[in-house]
Amino acid sequence: MEVPILKQGAFLIATFQAALSDADLNHLRMGLVQQVVKFRSRAVIVDVTAMDVMDSFASRTLREIAHMIRLRGAETVIVGIQPEVAFAMVQLGLTLEGVATALDLEEGLAYLNEKFKVTN
Amino acid sequence: MAKRDSTTTDLELKRTEEPSELLRELVAHLRQNRTQLREEWVVRISETRLLTAMTKEEIFAEATSVYDSYVEALETEAFEALQAYARNLSERIIPRGVETHEVVGIVLLLRDVLARSLFAKYQNDFKKLNRILDAYEPAANRIANTVAVGFVQERERVIRQQQEAIRELSTPVLQVRERLLILPIIGVIDPQRARQLTEQLLRGIRTNRAKVVVIDITGVAAMDVTVANHLVQTVEASRLLGATVIVTGLSPEIAQTLVTIGVDLGKMNTVGDLQGGIEQAERLLGYKVASIVEPN
Repeated sequence: MEVPILKQGAFLIATFQAALSDADLNHLRMGLVQQVVKFRSRAVIVDVTAMDVMDSFASRTLREIAHMIRLRGAETVIVGIQPEVAFAMVQLGLTLEGVATALDLEEGLAYLNEKFKVTN
Repeated sequence: MAKRDSTTTDLELKRTEEPSELLRELVAHLRQNRTQLREEWVVRISETRLLTAMTKEEIFAEATSVYDSYVEALETEAFEALQAYARNLSERIIPRGVETHEVVGIVLLLRDVLARSLFAKYQNDFKKLNRILDAYEPAANRIANTVAVGFVQERERVIRQQQEAIRELSTPVLQVRERLLILPIIGVIDPQRARQLTEQLLRGIRTNRAKVVVIDITGVAAMDVTVANHLVQTVEASRLLGATVIVTGLSPEIAQTLVTIGVDLGKMNTVGDLQGGIEQAERLLGYKVASIVEPN
């Protein structure tokens, strides 16, 4: 199942579905990294609300996406991490250091709008 | 006590039968008159208005099994079975509001009923009656003791359970302003409570859409390494939900623990007291609190 990447103004939005294979994740990673420059996007929002289980591969991929996007000159916000998932991730030592997080898509957009309003 | 001892020593000189033999005779007597004695006991129970929470049939059923375990304990002098039965009985009757005095009362009643029947049986042989009672009384007292202790222990277990339930309720997650939660933690934190706190906090962040959380641990005197680590994990998990955590009121001991386990203080936002924590949270959220009255 491929993850659609939506363009919303200056941002890209990718929404994770419940069951993503490792191949899907790799595909998404490449897609985001390519499109962020193609559309000259300032930030990427990755919505993981539907993920009620997050394995180490998915967490690592999220971190990699964030770091790659930064190298491509944009920012990443991870939104919608479930409480149980959050604690499980922390216990596994997957704390996504240096990656912005927000409660949900709305919060993520608010955070980015606030941030880029200042820099504009 | 000393007085009684002297009389028993007198009697011991004249003793012809072994105490165990007497006990066997006693048990045989109690077995033989089981139906009658049991009935008498039940009548006495309802006369003295004990166990009012239970129906007549229930009392009779319980009386039967208590009577049998009682006689068995007298015979074998093994109190484990009786103890287990007492605990089981207590477990069943405590939720129905049976009080300690009732349980002790019925066991003492049984003791009296049986003693009366012994009086009646041996009324013509006073010396033998004395010897029988010498064998009977210590065992009967021990049984009464065992049942009472079993009951009290069960009650204490129930109390402990309830304390646990209270503890679970005592960790509120409170919203003080839009998007600002406080979590005042008071008392001892064990790993189980720590886990519960985390769950409640993370859920609270989601339902209240909180951006800043102030965890106040003024009321916590000390925490061990496991719990301190857990606190740090909670802070990180909250960040994954997009909330900033401010920890306030760290005691010197806890500060020491955090330093000892090498907590990365870059991730931990700490402020001296709750007021300072709330003030910083307000700054983060863009609130400004101003007095509406001119200061004098």
